Amino acid sequence: MMEADVHFELLWPEFLVAGLAFVIFTLDFFLRPERKNILAWVSVIGLAGILAFTIPYLLDENDSLFNGLYRIDDYALFFKVLSMAIGGVVILGSIHYVNRYLTHPGEYYAILLLSVLAMMMMAASGELLTAYLSLELLSFCLYILSGFALQNKKSNEASIKYILLGAFSSGLLLYGIVMLYGAMGTTSFAEMAIFLEGIEDIDGRLLIGLTLLIAGLGFKMAAVPFHMWAPDVYEGAPMPITAYIAVGSKVAAFALVLRLFAEGLLPAIEQWNVLIAGLAALTMLFGNLVALAQTNVKRMLAYSSVGQVGFLLMGVAALSTLSSNGLMVHLVGYSVTNLAVFFAITAFYNVTGKEEIADFAGLASRSPFLAAAITISLFSLAGLPFLAGFVTKFYLFSAAAAEDLLWLAGVAMVASLISLYYYLKVIREMYINPAADGEGSTIQIPGLLYGLVGILVISVILLGVYPDPVVNMIEDATAVILPGGDASTLNLR
Amino acid sequence: MVGVVNGIDSVLLFTLVATPFFGAIALAFFPADRHVLIHWYSRIIAASGLAIAAYLFITFDTSDDLSKYIVDFEWLPSLGIRFTLGLSGITVPLVLLNAIIFFGGVLISWNVDHRPKDFFIWLMLLVAGVYGVFASRDLFFLFFFYELAVVPMYLLVGVWGSSTDFGTFLRTKEYGAMKVMLVLVAGSVLVWIAILAMWMEAREITGIADFSIAGLSQVEFSDGFQKLYYPFLMIGFGILAGLWPFHTWSPDGHVAAPTAVSMLHAGVLMKLGAFGILAVGMVILPVGSRFWAPTLIGLGTVNVLYGAISAMGQKDLKYVIGYSSVSHMGYVLMGLGTLDILAVDGAVLQMFSHGIMTALFFAMVGVIYQRTHSRDITVLEGLGKRMGITGVFLAVAGLTSLGLPGFSSFVAELLIFIGTYRTYPILGVLAVIGAAITAVYILRMLGKVFFGPIDEDKWKDLTDANRMETGVAVLLTGFLLLWGLYPFRIVEIIDSGVVPIMERFGS
Repeated sequence: MMEADVHFELLWPEFLVAGLAFVIFTLDFFLRPERKNILAWVSVIGLAGILAFTIPYLLDENDSLFNGLYRIDDYALFFKVLSMAIGGVVILGSIHYVNRYLTHPGEYYAILLLSVLAMMMMAASGELLTAYLSLELLSFCLYILSGFALQNKKSNEASIKYILLGAFSSGLLLYGIVMLYGAMGTTSFAEMAIFLEGIEDIDGRLLIGLTLLIAGLGFKMAAVPFHMWAPDVYEGAPMPITAYIAVGSKVAAFALVLRLFAEGLLPAIEQWNVLIAGLAALTMLFGNLVALAQTNVKRMLAYSSVGQVGFLLMGVAALSTLSSNGLMVHLVGYSVTNLAVFFAITAFYNVTGKEEIADFAGLASRSPFLAAAITISLFSLAGLPFLAGFVTKFYLFSAAAAEDLLWLAGVAMVASLISLYYYLKVIREMYINPAADGEGSTIQIPGLLYGLVGILVISVILLGVYPDPVVNMIEDATAVILPGGDASTLNLR
Repeated sequence: MVGVVNGIDSVLLFTLVATPFFGAIALAFFPADRHVLIHWYSRIIAASGLAIAAYLFITFDTSDDLSKYIVDFEWLPSLGIRFTLGLSGITVPLVLLNAIIFFGGVLISWNVDHRPKDFFIWLMLLVAGVYGVFASRDLFFLFFFYELAVVPMYLLVGVWGSSTDFGTFLRTKEYGAMKVMLVLVAGSVLVWIAILAMWMEAREITGIADFSIAGLSQVEFSDGFQKLYYPFLMIGFGILAGLWPFHTWSPDGHVAAPTAVSMLHAGVLMKLGAFGILAVGMVILPVGSRFWAPTLIGLGTVNVLYGAISAMGQKDLKYVIGYSSVSHMGYVLMGLGTLDILAVDGAVLQMFSHGIMTALFFAMVGVIYQRTHSRDITVLEGLGKRMGITGVFLAVAGLTSLGLPGFSSFVAELLIFIGTYRTYPILGVLAVIGAAITAVYILRMLGKVFFGPIDEDKWKDLTDANRMETGVAVLLTGFLLLWGLYPFRIVEIIDSGVVPIMERFGS
């Protein structure tokens, strides 16, 4: 293809985010230590500006660069917007934590911005190697960020564990890509679909490649049995980074997986959907059952998010227009809710330095706002009404049922019920048990976190009460990766 | 949003559902230490609900077109979800029941001084959920409100409830709260599976994604499908109705809950379950419900006898009433299981009548517990000498419970017995035996607590029910007598709702 055909100008959002990261690196040199907060504000305002520029700039644009390696479409746009929003929220929520517990804020914010760039690229990748490179960029940023608390042994342990297991899974992923390339002679999603449509039977190489690919991606998204790194990394990483790993890395991983499976592997759905459905069932049950036994709130949320990955995988197993919508709707609900709960807990941790579930005793009287925010978020994760979780689960489970996976939806409902028990344990501490002796003082939260958590909680409620606008955006995004479906009504005839 | 609102009656219905919900949100912004203000605010919210419900009930015309109550908005078109509210002859009395018990519950909670703001917020959300279930005409929202009615239970029981000491072991309020919440949500999982299955199957058959009850009831589901999925609805809703052997949450939950919550819980929440079986299960899956009707009526009979026999063995006043609720809900389930118009009418009337009666019971037990800090029948001997008014109303509730003519339960149970005789004579006899056992434990309890010898020293400072509590008791007793002496109007209304459902069974 000729150089002239490549519309580099469509990459402006990516260039701008990368540029912003380097501006932060540079600005860091010129700021006195006590004025480093400026870095965070520049990052957030910069991201907001890029976001405001990107939406009108790329809306309804449909193009692919470098022979289909890189896609510019509404699907990518949706995830770019989501990634930037998540990045902005995490940076805002980090400010107090960074001041209190971390050093080197310049690198912290800049690396966070680079990881946002990686997430944006993952959603836009139209080919396996581009996807792999974006995924590695994200992973490397997260390896560094999870070990950012230099003096904290747990943080160091988390980082090393994450790097070792992450590298191993990257190996699996690469080997899977090699096998798939060997079998199909292409790494482009679109050409893979054409190849798969043209063959009668799936040969061994293809099957091994597919399995390795699923295993490698399973590691990245922490699906059982590839989840072992998650609890330790969640526990050891700095609190805002835990939130970022829980939300951002999953959003990016599913953005990639959904496009890969919808655009590339859909013709072979019979071959992999049983595998994915089994993985989903295992993940949701195991994650939620193990969460029952946790006493540390970060570990509990780690297993809870493993369980959520199971729900999301169900959307992949049932791949259709409806379930792709369901997956994305649930992903949005999951992101907003988890950010709300993590930053409420961060606010608590900033003051008390504690993160055991038992330490939340009496929070309802120490800080009614935090207690209410955590309760609402946990109820949303459990899927109770008026909150995002109810609608998103209902949508996702309906979609699975519509694709003859009612049994899996049933397993998901049971898993959801199990999760309610351990969420209630936290709520019991906050509302029913009194604070331990000498711990009864009120908790003062800085206005910034107050506002941030407040806005996130309101979003959780809004999404639960009136999800239609978000659903409409998602339907547009799905229409790009799964063209045939009638996204507006989804009636069969 | 594309919507339809059909005149003043539908606006009132919407207001009825919305008032406690927005009332709860507004209450969140009240200063937490203004207890008197919070109590009066809650009373006004409850009273306005009662006024609307009473208006809807009184003006309900059985010959009228029900579409005047319809509120309909498009909500999530891609799944076929609409926000639709409506009324029928079955739901009008139940909505009124909820309004009465909410009002009574708020009044009886005059003594709640531990975080009253939070208490009333959760109580209002619970009530909003119940109104919503009765009024919803769309399965998504029915399920939505169903869960909303369950959620507040956890904190209401866990924070404001009370623990029971059995000597050898302790049933804590935390245990009760967790048990209620998990069991009820487990029930809702079964309901959810059935809802999704029906939605999916209807979409395959008609090609239209639709969650509305009216739409789904037009779909010709295959017999096999109906027989497979009806039990999910029957057991899922049945759990909330206290269906044996899934009833164990109910006594534990009632006992641990604070008075107002016990009243709402036994009085209204359990009715949601029976209502679900009737208004969802039997309406959408008639073949399935006919197939499983013998099982339902059989389990209902076990409910009646098992609940009554268990109640005989209890020493704690609230456990007696808790098991008596299990027993009385058995009559409701039996009535539904007969698929006989008379008996189903009776079942719906029994829902209403048992709701009022059990609320009166719990209100009076709450009065006693607040003053004596005990619910142990053996400790509370001879209280009648000090608490005459309480005793009278407890006796009223007791006599209603054992089906004394003149009170509404008599009418309801009579209808159920007749209907059961016509269909399953042997079970009809067993049901009457259940009523006889009821007489045994009720009279034993009344005799012990009110007419035994009193420990003069221990109870010398005991006071009787105050004006507020007496007022609640009079209100509830009034309804028991009203429907007992003049049941024709309410039976006519109920009948107008039951007949269209029963026509589908050809009876």
